[in-house]
Amino acid sequence: MKTLMKLAAVALTATSLLAGVAEAKDWQTVKLGTEGAFPPWNATKADGTLEGFEIDLAADLCKRMEVKCEWVVQSWDGIIPALQAGKFDAIMSGMSATAKREEVIAFSEPYGSTGQTFAVLKDSDLAKLPLSGEVFALGSKPEESEKAIEEIKPAFKGKVIGVQSSSIAEGFLQKYFADVAEIREYGKTQEHDLDLMSGRVDAIMASMAYVTTAAKENGNEGMEPVGPRFQGGMLGKGSSMGLRKEDTDLKAMFDKAIAAAKDDGTIKSLSEKWFGFDVTVY
Amino acid sequence: MSLDFFIEALQRLLPGVPLTLTLAFLSTGIGAVFAFALAGMRLSGILPLDWLARGYVFVFRGTPLLVQIFIIYYGLSQFPEVRHSFAWPILREPFWCAIIALSLNTGAYASEVVRGGLLSVPQGQLEAARACGMSGLLLFRRIVLPLAIRQALPAYGTELILMVKATSLASIITLMEITGLAAKMISDTYRVIEVFVVAGAIYLVINFVLTRIILLAEHWLTPHLRARPDGVVLPSDALIGDRA
Repeated sequence: MKTLMKLAAVALTATSLLAGVAEAKDWQTVKLGTEGAFPPWNATKADGTLEGFEIDLAADLCKRMEVKCEWVVQSWDGIIPALQAGKFDAIMSGMSATAKREEVIAFSEPYGSTGQTFAVLKDSDLAKLPLSGEVFALGSKPEESEKAIEEIKPAFKGKVIGVQSSSIAEGFLQKYFADVAEIREYGKTQEHDLDLMSGRVDAIMASMAYVTTAAKENGNEGMEPVGPRFQGGMLGKGSSMGLRKEDTDLKAMFDKAIAAAKDDGTIKSLSEKWFGFDVTVY
Repeated sequence: MSLDFFIEALQRLLPGVPLTLTLAFLSTGIGAVFAFALAGMRLSGILPLDWLARGYVFVFRGTPLLVQIFIIYYGLSQFPEVRHSFAWPILREPFWCAIIALSLNTGAYASEVVRGGLLSVPQGQLEAARACGMSGLLLFRRIVLPLAIRQALPAYGTELILMVKATSLASIITLMEITGLAAKMISDTYRVIEVFVVAGAIYLVINFVLTRIILLAEHWLTPHLRARPDGVVLPSDALIGDRA
């Protein structure tokens, strides 16, 4: 038992030493981990190279930080352990900062959020929902957002809204729309699409990225995103870089670069290119 | 695992019980009508009716209920003809789609149970009834049906229990019965074991009560299989004579 304790103590010292080294590291090369299979955030081309919103954004961020960035492709389910094992220094893979993940790793400021929006059929009376295309940040601008909700709410009176069970959109609908509309919960998003198409539900709510992709799919003709988009607050912070907790300096560097890319419109123009709409986190 | 969480799970799942029971009993009721109709067709001796019933039973017993629910709910709604038909007000509701699927399904199984019961009525009893002057509906109502039900009840009781459990599949078409509520609670809390244990326990209680009721019905229908209480004398005893 005693030897074991000693061993543990040695191991602990070694780890803290290593961590100390990491902290003192003068960042010249930053390795970024991505799944490479989550378009349009990140994707792998036929020739094996990476492309996507995050690939372009990282190139911009790394230039601002004056570091050289290298990509490492890592499957999604092992991406947090690989970060902790030092296979790369930051995760940039469409990962949302959630409370559960924040227990294990640190996150930079969010660099993108597609937000949650409604989709209806083109010939539905909901197709003329006001505030279409506008973005409302529940977290940073709660009053403005609540006003927008109040503005669109009367249109949903007596309607049925389909949503994936236990998703962030469901939480949002239960909080703001359950008193006027029936919220019908589905196990899979494809199922509420089918019921939107058949007219069993009048609208669905899902992420803007999902809705725009689904609307292009075969069999979903006539589906279109409508109304304002909501992000932040109870809808989550959005995609952020995942970082080891001890790399506080690297987090500061990324936060600064992300803020700068947001301010000069780089994130906006890159997201127009990859998503077709603005994913800036406001 | 904490007691508090079990109580919370119970409080969240119990509101699903009325829907589970409605689905189970409404569809068994409709299914029983189908079952008698199908068994009648099978035993009618009219070949086209016989084969129609055989085909129906073959299809609905041979395919999973899950697939039947999916086809009726998501499949039929794909056709504009269905969406514009008179049946759409019913077919657009997940509740009625579940009732239809469950009824059609149990109708197929129960028809074989009913058919077995009807076939088990001894020829001698029929002859005796005819000798007493009964025929047609009277014979069916007084002799055939009671004997057939008595014979079919154990197997039909099992079908009833299976139906209570089959309602859990309705959760895949947005119905929030016990299993639907359990699945939702799990995705909120990530506590799979506790929630499903509570859900399972609720089904167990429902089915316990149901089996008692079926046993009671069996007891009530089979007085002839029990020893006669002391001192009870039947009029027929005089005909049989001294039984000692």
